[in-house]
Amino acid sequence: MPESLIPACEAVAEAFSQAWADPGFRGSLAALLSAHVGRPTPLTPAVRLSTELGVTVLLKREDLTHTGSHKINNVLGQALLARRMGRTRLIAETGAGMHGVATATAGALLGLPVKVFMGERDVERQAHNVFRMRLLGAEVVPVTTGSRTLKDATSEAMRHWVTDVDEAYYCVGSVIGPHPYPMMVREFQRVIGDEARRQCAAELPAATPDYVVACVGGGSNAAGTFAGFVETSAKLVGVEAEGGSGATNGEIGVLHGFQSLFLQDEHGQIKEAHSIAAGLDYPGVGPEHAYLRDLGRARYVTASDGEAIAAAVRLARSEGVLPAIESAHALAWVVRAAGTPELPRGSTVLVTLSGRGDKDITTLIAEAELA
Amino acid sequence: MKLLMPYITGGIVPGWTAYLDAFEDAGADMVEVGLPFSDPTVDGRTIQEASDTALARGTTPASVLEDLATARTGIPIVASTYANIALRPGFGDALTAAGVTGLIVPDLPLDELAGLDVPGVQVSLLASPATPDDRLAEIGRGSQGFVYAISIMGTTGERDRLAPSAVTLAARLKQITDLPVLLGFGISTPEQAGEAAAVADGVIVGAAVMRRILDGAGPTEVGAFVASLRAALSQVATVR
Repeated sequence: MPESLIPACEAVAEAFSQAWADPGFRGSLAALLSAHVGRPTPLTPAVRLSTELGVTVLLKREDLTHTGSHKINNVLGQALLARRMGRTRLIAETGAGMHGVATATAGALLGLPVKVFMGERDVERQAHNVFRMRLLGAEVVPVTTGSRTLKDATSEAMRHWVTDVDEAYYCVGSVIGPHPYPMMVREFQRVIGDEARRQCAAELPAATPDYVVACVGGGSNAAGTFAGFVETSAKLVGVEAEGGSGATNGEIGVLHGFQSLFLQDEHGQIKEAHSIAAGLDYPGVGPEHAYLRDLGRARYVTASDGEAIAAAVRLARSEGVLPAIESAHALAWVVRAAGTPELPRGSTVLVTLSGRGDKDITTLIAEAELA
Repeated sequence: MKLLMPYITGGIVPGWTAYLDAFEDAGADMVEVGLPFSDPTVDGRTIQEASDTALARGTTPASVLEDLATARTGIPIVASTYANIALRPGFGDALTAAGVTGLIVPDLPLDELAGLDVPGVQVSLLASPATPDDRLAEIGRGSQGFVYAISIMGTTGERDRLAPSAVTLAARLKQITDLPVLLGFGISTPEQAGEAAAVADGVIVGAAVMRRILDGAGPTEVGAFVASLRAALSQVATVR
C-alpha cells in the first residue's frame, strides 16, 4: 500500500472497530437493511431443479435485495461508517456496476456525493448500470488504462483517493484491498451467511446443508456466505470464472494493498482476467479465500462462460428466477457436479444467488442460444 | 551540493541505457531505473504509459537488470518497482548481479519491509505529506541512502507548480533525519527543481523525463533537460 494511504486506512480500521462494537451503529445498519434493503432475504427451494439434479438445491436470494445484488449489504455499512467518520463524499470502483449502483444508492440515501470508477470495457457492456448510477446522481468515471476492467478501476480509485483523502471515503466493493477492507467487507456481508444458517436450521431436518456454494470474483458474497457456515460441517465451495480464477490458478502476490493469490506471469506481471461476467473479472481473490483454500476448509473450482449462461437460462426456466451471470457460475458447478462424487446424489446444497440477471439481458440475448 | 536523480523506465526503447550515460554527462548524481509493472498504482498517466510501452516491447524486470549489468554508467543506480516484483524470490540477487545499489518500492510501506530480501542493497523509504510525526521518525530511522519525500498527495506526474506540501514535508523530514531528503512526484521544470532544492537535499524527476522520451526525444535532448535541472540546482547551492 502506498505510504500516502496508510493513515487513511488506519483511520478506517479504527473507525470500523469502534463502530462494529457500538450497538447504536449496528442498530442503524440493521434498520436500513430491513427497511431499505428488504432483509432478511428468503431461502427458496429450487424444487424442479432439485428433482432434475437429484440433489436438494436451496437458493439464498440476494437477488431480491434492493438494487438487485448483495453489494448493498456492504455499501450501507461502509456509507454509515463514512458518515460517522465525517467524510463528505464516497468513491468506489465497480466491475459489473452492481457495487457502483449500490454505492450511488447509499450516497443518495445518506446525502453523500458519489464518484464511481469503472473500466471502459465494463462501461460498454453494462451500459444499463452506468445509466442507473447517473440517474441516482453519481458521477461515473470511465477508466481507459490497462485491461479497462475491474482491476484498473480499482487502481484508478486508489489513485484518486490519494488526492482527496481527507474528505472522501473509499467504499471498496469486495473482500480485497488493504486492511481493514477484506475483514470489514466480510463482516458487512456475513448477514448473508448468518441468515442462511438460521433459515437452514429452521427448514432442514439436518439443520445444516451438506454443501455451501457461492461464486467468487474478489469473493465478497462467498466470504459473507461462508462466514455463517465456516464453523459447521458444511463443505464450502467457491466457484470462479474460468478466466478469472485467482484462487484456483493464482500464485501468491501483492496488488491493491493486499497479499493473496493472483493470476500472473513468470515475471510477476498481473494477468488480465477474462470473463463474460464483469463482476468476476478480477485476477486476484480476497486474502481470506486464499487462507481458507490453504487450510483446506474451502475448495475453489471454476465454471466456463458457456456453463454459466446455460445455468442462468436453466434456472430461469425451471424456477422462474433469472440469476446474474456471476451467480450462475455457482449454479453451473452444482449442475455439473450433481450426482458425481464431488456432489453426491441426495446431498443438500445451499447456493447463494448474489444478484439478479436483469443487468445481463443484453449479454444473454447475444450469448444464449434460446430454443 | 544538491542531489539530482532523474528517472527512466527501464526498457522503454531499444538501447535505452544510452539515456543513463546522457544523465551522467548532464550531471546527475544517481539514476532511478523503473522495472515496469503491469499495475503501477502510484503512477500517473505518463509513467503508466511508459510502463505499458516497455512491457509491450517484451521488457521484463530481468531484461532491464541484464541491460544494467552490461551498462557502463558510473553513477549509482537505484531500482524502483512494485511490491509484487520486489517480493519475488531471487529479486535481491538479481539486483546485486546487475550492480544496483539502491531500491525504492512505492507500494511497500515501512510495516511490510520484513518481507523484502535484498542484502547489500539500500532500501529508501517514501514519506508522504499525510505521514504523521511518529511514523515519519520511524521512516527516517528505517530508510537507507536517502528519504524519498513525496511532494504532493497524488500520483507521479507533471504539475504546474511545486506543491506547498512539498515544502512542509521536506522541512519536517530535515528535523528528524540526517539522511539526504529528496523531493519527488511532480517536479517538472528547472524552476520547480530549484524551489524544491531550497528546502530539500535534492530532487527526483520522473514524468518530465519520461514524457520527453515518449515524445521521441533522444539521449542528447533529454540530457540537455537534465543539464538544465542540474544548472538550477547548482544555483541553489551557490546561493546557500
